[in-house]
Amino acid sequence: MFDDFIVRAFAAGIGLAFITGPLGCFIVWRRLSYFGDTIAHSALLGVVIAYALDFNLIIAVFVVSCLLALSLLFLQRRTNLPDDALLGLLAHSVLAIGLVLLGILSFIRIDLMGLLFGDILSVNVTDLLFVWIGGGIVLIVLILIWRPLFAGTVNLELAKAEGLNPDLANAIFTLLIASVIAISIKIVGILLITGLLIIPASASRNLSSTPIQMAIISSIIGVASVVLGIQTSMIWNTPTGPTILTITLGVFILTLLPLKKLLISKKKIELSDKR
Amino acid sequence: MNNYLVELNNCGVLRNHKWLVRGVSLKVSQGEIVTLIGPNGSGKSTTAKMSLDILKPDEGTNIIKKGMRISYVPQKISIDWSLPLRAIDFVNLVKKHKTSEINDALSITGIKHLIYEDVRNLSGGEFQRLLMARAIAKEPHFLVLDEPVQGVDYPGEIALYKTIQEIVKKINCGILLISHNLHVVMSQTDYVICLNGHVCCSGAPNTVIKEPEYLKLFGKNIDPTLAFYQHDHDHEHLPDGSIDDSKKD
Repeated sequence: MFDDFIVRAFAAGIGLAFITGPLGCFIVWRRLSYFGDTIAHSALLGVVIAYALDFNLIIAVFVVSCLLALSLLFLQRRTNLPDDALLGLLAHSVLAIGLVLLGILSFIRIDLMGLLFGDILSVNVTDLLFVWIGGGIVLIVLILIWRPLFAGTVNLELAKAEGLNPDLANAIFTLLIASVIAISIKIVGILLITGLLIIPASASRNLSSTPIQMAIISSIIGVASVVLGIQTSMIWNTPTGPTILTITLGVFILTLLPLKKLLISKKKIELSDKR
Repeated sequence: MNNYLVELNNCGVLRNHKWLVRGVSLKVSQGEIVTLIGPNGSGKSTTAKMSLDILKPDEGTNIIKKGMRISYVPQKISIDWSLPLRAIDFVNLVKKHKTSEINDALSITGIKHLIYEDVRNLSGGEFQRLLMARAIAKEPHFLVLDEPVQGVDYPGEIALYKTIQEIVKKINCGILLISHNLHVVMSQTDYVICLNGHVCCSGAPNTVIKEPEYLKLFGKNIDPTLAFYQHDHDHEHLPDGSIDDSKKD
């Protein structure tokens, strides 16, 4: 069944979109979109190291992402610079180091476009295992830390005062983002992953009235966009990752339309007709 | 061994080479209301945070009884638009409650009808009542209220303070209350601590108001119509502020 590359592409994309749904909601709620971007930028360094040492790509990217998250925590404690400045500092310096290293290790040949924008059609069975098993673990851990993480998102001090451990939940959450970005490299690429985290969550916000609803709808929008995106990219022969993202944007624009109002006024008209 | 829920011994918090507050000692026991008063920046919230162990004292010790249920009503909570949150979800934030319990807590603070309302649609006063309802729903052993009536209209304020007293009676918890609303607070408190970077004076309300330190901070000539009418309990106010004639002696 997984011999067909199209089937693998669908399986990988759906699996990824499933976890980016709830995770993306937290990124939006906590205003971490730039943090996701920073980790994604550092992925190039991970890729170069993986190629140089002939090591598994996803694990190398995961390790580099975690190190980056740790250095951010360290910098936050050592300086008084605002977070966005620190993130910019890290994102671009680590990206630069990756490119320098790539220049030194001239024997490495990397498909740069594939890295930046993903190549979902080249996903192999190992990648699939990473997506589904890794993604499954990420989802379970997220459910386990949901309460302290969510309470800390609403108000950190309140959560701390009432005996939860939001700091630990935040640290674990950072690792979850790092894992998802590592998993996603082959599927949508490092330049687009933040989009897959944020756009479905933002579209979902326009439709939902509770946090859990928002997480679930976000997953559904992500999965639907992946399915539509892969199909569209085959019909029009467009690059798959960007096509998926374009579709999520389309969904987002649709959610801006006053659908609820339309539905309500329709019902009213129906009711008055019956009378 | 003692029975205090929370005990601060000579606590201080140092930030950027400046003591935010220093030399604070206080004790809260079960069924007692301890009130912190003082001007802005006098270290009231900092003291409250030490009693919750959100802030570790840089000096002195904070002893908090283990295994207590704690509820905290912070001074300021702002909820981002990106977060869809209804009143019921907010009450369930730290601990999940039965819907009946949530209804009860919301009725006590008078906002039962808003249970499925998005918190961003609540007015300042309604949100304050929601914060209080969430804190009550947990049936805490120790309750910290940091300016719990801000943004609440005057009659509502009196009603809320009354509610606070009722809560103490009902669930027999200890309360640490922060307020600069002297006139209402004083009459309902067991112990007052007057802060201004350090403890100026402390004691039972009727002794504190005679302390020279207190008079220096809050002045002698407070408008007599507002002045902390030390309740003689000869009359009772209804929630709308009018006097309940049926109970007048």
